[in-house]
Amino acid sequence: MEIINIAQGILVILAAYLSYSLQVHMHIDPFVGLLLTTPIMFIVGVVIEWGFIRRLKMQNRTAFSILVTYAVSIVIEGILTLFYSTNLKTISAWYVTKSIKVFNFYLPYIYLMGFVLAAVLLFALYLFLYKSQSGASIRAAVQNRTGAELIGININRVSAITFGVGAAATAGGGMIFGATNSFNPNTSYDLISRLLVIVVLGGLGSIGGALLAAILALVIEDVTAVVWSPIWASTMFFAVLIVILIVRPNGLFGQKAARAQ
Amino acid sequence: MTAQTLAVNLDPLAKPFFKRVQIALIPIAILFAFAFPFLFSNPAITSIAMFTMIYLGATSAWNLFSGFSGYMALGHAVFYGTGAYAFANITEHFHLNGNIWLFALVPVCGLAAGLIAAPIGWLALRTRRHVFVVITIAIFFIFQLLAYNLTGITNGSAGLQVPSPTWGAATYNDYFYVAALVVALFAIFLSYSIRRSRFGLELLAIRDDEDRARGLGVKTTKVKLITFMISGSVTGMCGAIYAYYLGSVYPPFAFEAIFDVTIALMAFLGGLGTVLGPVLGALIIEPSQQYLNLKFTNGGYALIMFGLVFLVIIRFLPEGVLPSLANLWRKKLKSREKEGSK
Repeated sequence: MEIINIAQGILVILAAYLSYSLQVHMHIDPFVGLLLTTPIMFIVGVVIEWGFIRRLKMQNRTAFSILVTYAVSIVIEGILTLFYSTNLKTISAWYVTKSIKVFNFYLPYIYLMGFVLAAVLLFALYLFLYKSQSGASIRAAVQNRTGAELIGININRVSAITFGVGAAATAGGGMIFGATNSFNPNTSYDLISRLLVIVVLGGLGSIGGALLAAILALVIEDVTAVVWSPIWASTMFFAVLIVILIVRPNGLFGQKAARAQ
Repeated sequence: MTAQTLAVNLDPLAKPFFKRVQIALIPIAILFAFAFPFLFSNPAITSIAMFTMIYLGATSAWNLFSGFSGYMALGHAVFYGTGAYAFANITEHFHLNGNIWLFALVPVCGLAAGLIAAPIGWLALRTRRHVFVVITIAIFFIFQLLAYNLTGITNGSAGLQVPSPTWGAATYNDYFYVAALVVALFAIFLSYSIRRSRFGLELLAIRDDEDRARGLGVKTTKVKLITFMISGSVTGMCGAIYAYYLGSVYPPFAFEAIFDVTIALMAFLGGLGTVLGPVLGALIIEPSQQYLNLKFTNGGYALIMFGLVFLVIIRFLPEGVLPSLANLWRKKLKSREKEGSK
């Protein structure tokens, strides 16, 4: 919808802090906590859309969406810094440290559970976008905003739901991220650069592309880290990104942008 | 005044009143800028002024490319960092001492950044709109990683040392301030002359409709690439001064993600694609940010304030301060004209 959400990185961190707080202060297991954090993140997303994105003018929307979401992420970063300071935190639970032995490999439970959670979320997202009424409205709005409005789709509602779902998805992602990495409010810069790059590599607006790009990114990084050296892992990925973009400027599955008129 | 003379004033080709005021103000502003360190000699203030000038130059350079061509580049820290590392490498290689003549190296570092900008621009400018934005971000992260890993040139995270200046602590900031001011004036002058030239009109045509501009015979790729390189080299000059001021270059300072967005913000705040807009934006944002950082020890408050101010400005002055005020002014004139004709 011509919106680039830079705040997604800080939303992941916000979700991680929510899970962390629920666990430390109320002793709620992070996975159970998802039942609470997912709706909270959904509301946060809707509020951001309602408060800031909806009020953008149509002209130059993309550029302004970057600025507005960046400002939102600065504010959230400030609030998190105020409450939690910049000390590194990590979510701990019994399954974070324990591992399971699979074919001579020790696999931490959390990676397994994270994988399952990611698969479930992705499948749910797919069902939502391609099988439900709201999903059809979202896709219609992406294809042609004016046309969608003409056939009676409430663009504002669709936009709010899209933002809400995008934010709600960070609840699970943030929890797993917080359990497998240590984080502080600054971590979001790393995250957002990666997220953006993965989305562009896959092609904007394509779920399958994003999935493939995410797998590609991590496989390239890990293989480079083992075969060559860990310090070149990310560089290698970015280099591959550039090569792909030279051949396919709109990403792997991106459609060529229509002429703006 | 009759309605007719007011209508003439609304004509964009005629020089309106406030344009004449502007022209008279420019020499005064430049004089004041040069006299600033003599009027306020407190090092805390001159240091803020110096940073403001560095950012002023960088944001003018950014606006020169992104504001005029409509391509949002969010990776200008690459050139900033390249300028800084070029400065450190040259001084180290030739065993130069820290004296005032080192400022002569600043244009050389700018040239280095401009050369780096050539392949980056060639690559990134194959794409448009959001993809361009993201590619510039990706290239920024590649350079940040290279700064950590290419230890032969950058000495990795240990960083490089730059010779420290020989002049005393009392006037330490002043020399840097003047150097940064010169670069900033150069950037403003460049934007002004490009904006007024045929070349600038071609850039604006690309911003409005690239395919049509191309159809009309504008060599779009060449125009975009040249502007990108000019913009990159001026940013590199700012980076070189920054390196000299800090006395050392480390990857996280030279290649700073916040730098990318800050200069974009300044240009947006003042008025994207105008010559004086970025100047105004830098004069508002940089001092207030530095002040907030000094005032609140917990970084959280400064971030929240900064973000909120930013949101309010986008909400109420979406086109930036200068164009929004100009619109208000025009509206006022129009309503006065209506009253006059009654």
